[in-house]
Amino acid sequence: MSIEDKVKKIIADQLEVDGDKLKGETTFEDIDADSLDIVELVMALEEEFDLEISDQEIENIKSVGDVIEYIGSKT
Amino acid sequence: MNLEGKTAIVTGASRGIGRATAIYLARSGAAVIVNYAGNREAAEEVKQIIQSEGGKAEIVQADVADYSQCESLMQSAIDHFQRIDILINNAGITRDNLLARMKVEDWQQVIDTNLSGVYNCCRTVLRPLLKQKSGGRIINLASVAGLHGNTGQANYAAAKGGVIAFTKTLAKELGSRNISVNAVAPGFIETEMTAQLSEQVKAQVIERIALGRLGKAEDVAEVILFLASSSGYITGQVIPVDGCLVM
Repeated sequence: MSIEDKVKKIIADQLEVDGDKLKGETTFEDIDADSLDIVELVMALEEEFDLEISDQEIENIKSVGDVIEYIGSKT
Repeated sequence: MNLEGKTAIVTGASRGIGRATAIYLARSGAAVIVNYAGNREAAEEVKQIIQSEGGKAEIVQADVADYSQCESLMQSAIDHFQRIDILINNAGITRDNLLARMKVEDWQQVIDTNLSGVYNCCRTVLRPLLKQKSGGRIINLASVAGLHGNTGQANYAAAKGGVIAFTKTLAKELGSRNISVNAVAPGFIETEMTAQLSEQVKAQVIERIALGRLGKAEDVAEVILFLASSSGYITGQVIPVDGCLVM
């Protein structure tokens, strides 16, 4: 599975949304994710990709594309 | 109150209120992690009592003042019982003295165990709780000293007051996940902690209690059990269990 598909699957599972509807430009605001949703998503990403995401990096993550880009740059 | 299939962690469960709480939770069907810091023998006894009644219990040593030991505590709970549903932050110490005579280490130790210990356990239990996505119950032991202040307990009262504010905040942060966070504020309860009081002080205290007696550990444990097994709509509250004490 590509990083893009993996990330989309984690987002879909964590935030309980339809994975097929997630586009790169989909923001977390679009899918009504609150701050704790983002924290839970980050925890799942940290576990899956075995990395630590800082609070500052979390602030820069606004869309599905941001996550894919970020994970791609770290793995 | 059926807690069958649920796991509860009780910190400081070898004696006093923690011990009574561990036994009550186990009687309701919960698998209980009996945490202790120093008194292994007493913890072992609590485990024996629970097991002799047909309940499930394991003892785990951890000093709640130490973050990494709290991480291990949560991991042990999952290793033993595969999940965590209920956390009772009960571990606490006193180092009483008038502020004018209070040593820095007496201040620090009480804050480290009674306040930072609650942070350490809540922080480390969150990952498993959120991952399970099945809610949770956190009950913190505050004190009437944290509500009203108490002469000779500036350190203890400050820590317990902090626990109350922490409880209310965490309840707000976790409400959407059906994780309820409440505090119980015992008055004067007959435990080793209050056994240190002189007879004279005890008599003075009892005069201020409408019920005319000190409380028992079980008086507090039954309220904790109620909160632990409730639907969770009570959250962010502080429930005094003090026999109507006038401070």
